[in-house]
Amino acid sequence: MTDTNELIRLSAAQLAEKLRAGEVTSVEVTQAFLDRIAAVDGGERGVNAFLHVNTEEALAVAAEVDAIRAAGGAAAEELNELAGVPIAVKDLIVTIGQPTTAGSKILEGWHSPYDATVVKRLRAAKMPILGKTNLDEFAMGSSTEHSAYGPTRNPWDLDRIPGGSGGGSAAAVAAFEAPLALGTDTGGSIRQPGAVTGTVGVKPTYGSVSRYGAIAMASSLDQIGPVSRTVLDSALLHHVIGGHDPFDSTSLPDPLDDLVAAARVGNVEGLRVGIIKELHGEGFQAGVENRFNDSLELLKEAGAEIVEVSCPNFQYALGAYYLIMPSEASSNLAKFDGVRYGLRVLPEDGPMTIERVMGATRAAGFGDEVKRRIILGTYALSAGYYDAYYGSAQKVRTLVQRDFDAAFTVADVLISPTAPTTAFKLGEKLNDPLAMYLNDIATIPANLAGVPGLTLPGGLADEDGLPVGIQLLAPARQDARLYRVGAVLESLLEAKWGGPLLAQAPELAPSIETQEAK
Amino acid sequence: MSTDATLSFEEAMEKYDPVLGFEVHVELNTKTKMFSSAPNVFGDEPNTNVNEVDLGMPGVLPVVNRTAIESSIKIGLALNCKIAESCTFARKQYFYPDTPKNFQTSQYEDPIAYDGYLDIELSDGTIFRVEIERAHMEEDAGKLTHMGGSAGRIQGADFSLVDYNRSGVPLVEIVTKPIEGAGSRAPELAKAYVAAVREIVKNLGVSDAKMERGNVRCDANVSLRPHGRERFGIRSETKNVNSLRAVEHAVRYEIQRHAAVLDSGEPVVQETRHWHEDTRTTTSGRAKSDADDYRYFPEPDLVPIVASREWVEELRATLPEPPAARRKRLQADWGYSDLEFRDVVNAGVMDEIEETIAAGASATVARKWWMGEIVGRAKNADVDPGQLGVQPATIVELNRLVEDGKINNKMATEVLDGVLAGEGTPAEIVEKRGLAVVSDDGPLLEAIDAALAAQPDVAEKIRGGKLQAIGAIVGGVMKATRGQADAARVRELILEKLGVEG
Amino acid sequence: MAAINRDDVAHLAQLAHIEMNAEELDRMAGELAVIVDSVKSVSEAAGDDVPRTSHPIPLTNVFREDVVGHTFTAEQALSGAPDSDENRFKVPAILDEA
Ligand SMILES: [Mg+2]
Ligand SMILES: [Zn+2]
Repeated sequence: MTDTNELIRLSAAQLAEKLRAGEVTSVEVTQAFLDRIAAVDGGERGVNAFLHVNTEEALAVAAEVDAIRAAGGAAAEELNELAGVPIAVKDLIVTIGQPTTAGSKILEGWHSPYDATVVKRLRAAKMPILGKTNLDEFAMGSSTEHSAYGPTRNPWDLDRIPGGSGGGSAAAVAAFEAPLALGTDTGGSIRQPGAVTGTVGVKPTYGSVSRYGAIAMASSLDQIGPVSRTVLDSALLHHVIGGHDPFDSTSLPDPLDDLVAAARVGNVEGLRVGIIKELHGEGFQAGVENRFNDSLELLKEAGAEIVEVSCPNFQYALGAYYLIMPSEASSNLAKFDGVRYGLRVLPEDGPMTIERVMGATRAAGFGDEVKRRIILGTYALSAGYYDAYYGSAQKVRTLVQRDFDAAFTVADVLISPTAPTTAFKLGEKLNDPLAMYLNDIATIPANLAGVPGLTLPGGLADEDGLPVGIQLLAPARQDARLYRVGAVLESLLEAKWGGPLLAQAPELAPSIETQEAK
Repeated sequence: MSTDATLSFEEAMEKYDPVLGFEVHVELNTKTKMFSSAPNVFGDEPNTNVNEVDLGMPGVLPVVNRTAIESSIKIGLALNCKIAESCTFARKQYFYPDTPKNFQTSQYEDPIAYDGYLDIELSDGTIFRVEIERAHMEEDAGKLTHMGGSAGRIQGADFSLVDYNRSGVPLVEIVTKPIEGAGSRAPELAKAYVAAVREIVKNLGVSDAKMERGNVRCDANVSLRPHGRERFGIRSETKNVNSLRAVEHAVRYEIQRHAAVLDSGEPVVQETRHWHEDTRTTTSGRAKSDADDYRYFPEPDLVPIVASREWVEELRATLPEPPAARRKRLQADWGYSDLEFRDVVNAGVMDEIEETIAAGASATVARKWWMGEIVGRAKNADVDPGQLGVQPATIVELNRLVEDGKINNKMATEVLDGVLAGEGTPAEIVEKRGLAVVSDDGPLLEAIDAALAAQPDVAEKIRGGKLQAIGAIVGGVMKATRGQADAARVRELILEKLGVEG
Repeated sequence: MAAINRDDVAHLAQLAHIEMNAEELDRMAGELAVIVDSVKSVSEAAGDDVPRTSHPIPLTNVFREDVVGHTFTAEQALSGAPDSDENRFKVPAILDEA
């Protein structure tokens, strides 16, 4: 049997291999991650990546996979490649049998009576679900500090943010609490946390993964995607969760490309890699810029052609995003009113009408950032402002798409730093919404245009020793291209480092209070 | 509750010119809801015809029901509308506990059907054209029941209960352009318009069209302007007027109320009004706080509907004959006079007569039974004639029994009552009740001779042309035959005997 | 575009059904003013000839056949309800006229 400390550091692909070979059981693997969660997640200095740990169900699924494998025959043959490999799920995605909070007090204690499509697919693949991960409330934020259940800490430096909104999923994977996780990405919520935690994350082409059961923030921007430690692992997970879903009208009817093969083949010979002029340089941390240049150098050496492209309309992307996102969010969050589920708060005084109860419930149940975005969205949609705000922002989407179209005529993939800075300190930008929003400057254009984006670790910034993310972007429906290029860059970088970047992360000391608490 | 002042309708008409407008909501009778696969069924246990979509659970997404789209296009075509080549859904945002997402998925900028018209026939045969602005698709809300306080009213209720079974039922909202020039016919036109819409959707088979169940609901807009002025007055919108009679009464009442307000020199308040069937008045509805700003925007969870011209023509080919054309054809086929036909239409038995004729009865016989017997019985039972339980086959059989001389008309009505009482088929009832006419003329002629001999003065009157006196002789014969004789045949024989033309 | 003042925020909060006290309204007005100022360039970015994009990957005519699927029991439907009665969701009075 493999040492558990080694086991948790294996990639999902490696775990799957060992499970298939009978070298380890799913129960052993699952238990190892549950033990890791118990060791490093709780307590005052814990990572706090998990809002709920799903111990019994995860172990039951693991035991089921082990039994099928032990029995052999057709059932064992038909098991999914990732069967028995555990996974963590962002708590924005609904699951039967576990609470789903969206990181908000307004859903505290709520249990969904239905499963998200991606969760159904995880269950069908017999992947044990370790639990639900922390996030900025309703996925609104870039630091996971806007969770009603306390911030998640960055495993590289527990005083720093893990990015957001999917800081829980990224930190869980970075802290070896899970080999895989699901995230959601509306403006960068998979990729920016991936960048600052030294992990891999993919925002698929809009419509490539069903949104059914992901609590909506901005419907025309939201996508569920994989979070992992390797490019191949994201491809494996994307393959499990992707493909058409009749419950999502925006789900693409196309069959999924062979993403796993793309990640395994990997080739950049003759590939045209476009540097987006507007997405590096000014406003980007020096260490980020340096690591970005390292990656360009490696790609060039491997036979890629580096070209520069300009996307002049990206200057409006952040503004358009901060009109479309809050507008759709203000509408999507109207359903949280204390009538059908979740919190109900009665007004302290005055008439006890349903209007007042809704108002008091939403006042008490939503945090500041959520309220800010709801009010902003209500404003942008209100009579007299619609054309200037929402309407104009939708036009900017067209312009951003045109910029991408033009760029993809001269480049096969585009490349940029994923985030302008490395992880900042907890609390540093909490009271400066605008500064917080700027973190998503490089990730937002992909959401506006619906194109796929991947982040992978690009090394550590010289000035602070913290991870830097490299973002690859491909045309819509060309997710496979990201995996092909990403896998090559990953292997080139790892060869340079002599192993995965996360091997350089500090050891997390299990705290005494953690062990007592769990 | 304070009551509003009103002017008499006549006085109102002398001073003012009414302008009407209608929003009619039609519930489609699809098997499932507009955006979810939960069943579209009326009257089940609360909150059982729902799934996560209808309850607006976190994470859910809508998917459009293809049949609902086709039904909507058919309605648009039947209303002589243009069908949009491409249309979208939009979110109409307002908070209300019967609206599970706190927005209604509806259509805004680009409805599926627009620019149509309906020619409405008034009771005297006048044709009035009502122009249709648009027909758009949307979803119904849940049902609120107000508890505590008085009689289920929202006013004074302590709390309310919500059943979301109706939430998500497909609706088509038909909106007219302002209707000008109806004058004092406005209330009648209102009723006739809603009746016409109901008939259309029923004929199309796209709605159960039962107003008492809310399948067809009318919001009536009324405004008045002084005669000769072009600019419209301020309108009121009376919500959910749910019977044809109520539509007529509500429009009439609002005209009278507006006239009184205008006469007092006050401006009319633009507001929703609620119709009260008991008092036949409207009261002011509280303005919804969001009513001024629904913050419509395109529904990002749904994609555009593109109605190819081929698809539209395919659907057009399935449309039944338009109601007006059908009426014209039926009247000609049946040979009814204008008055006879209008009575049939007003009694609501046109479909039933058509079915009865199709089952084998003559047009005359079908009308005789439906108008002469069944309509009256239905009125007494307070149900629609078609709902009384008389099958076309029953009438055909009854009529055959009469024509074959097995029973007379009087017996036939008796047999009809037996059928309605569930005693069996007409033949069985004749058998069971021992009803049979004396069909041989021999015994009848004897009885006629005896009756004429017994009342020579009456016989004389008949000979002198006073045909109405014949009843006394017929009565005598019927008495002698204990009602078993065919009265019509008796009459014939008497006239024959006395040599008088009938 | 006009700046957002406290009264505007109060109206928006009412539309959005979020009760806010005076201090929150002031703070929100200040924050929104900054954000709105930062996004206002969007309204000048595109001319009239630029069409709007509401779906990043355009699809049309995505339909479901009219076939009945799953439903909840009343118990499931009400399982998360803050209050219920007679298998229905219970809400406080709609009008303020007890
Ligand atoms: Mg309306
Ligand atoms: Zn409507």
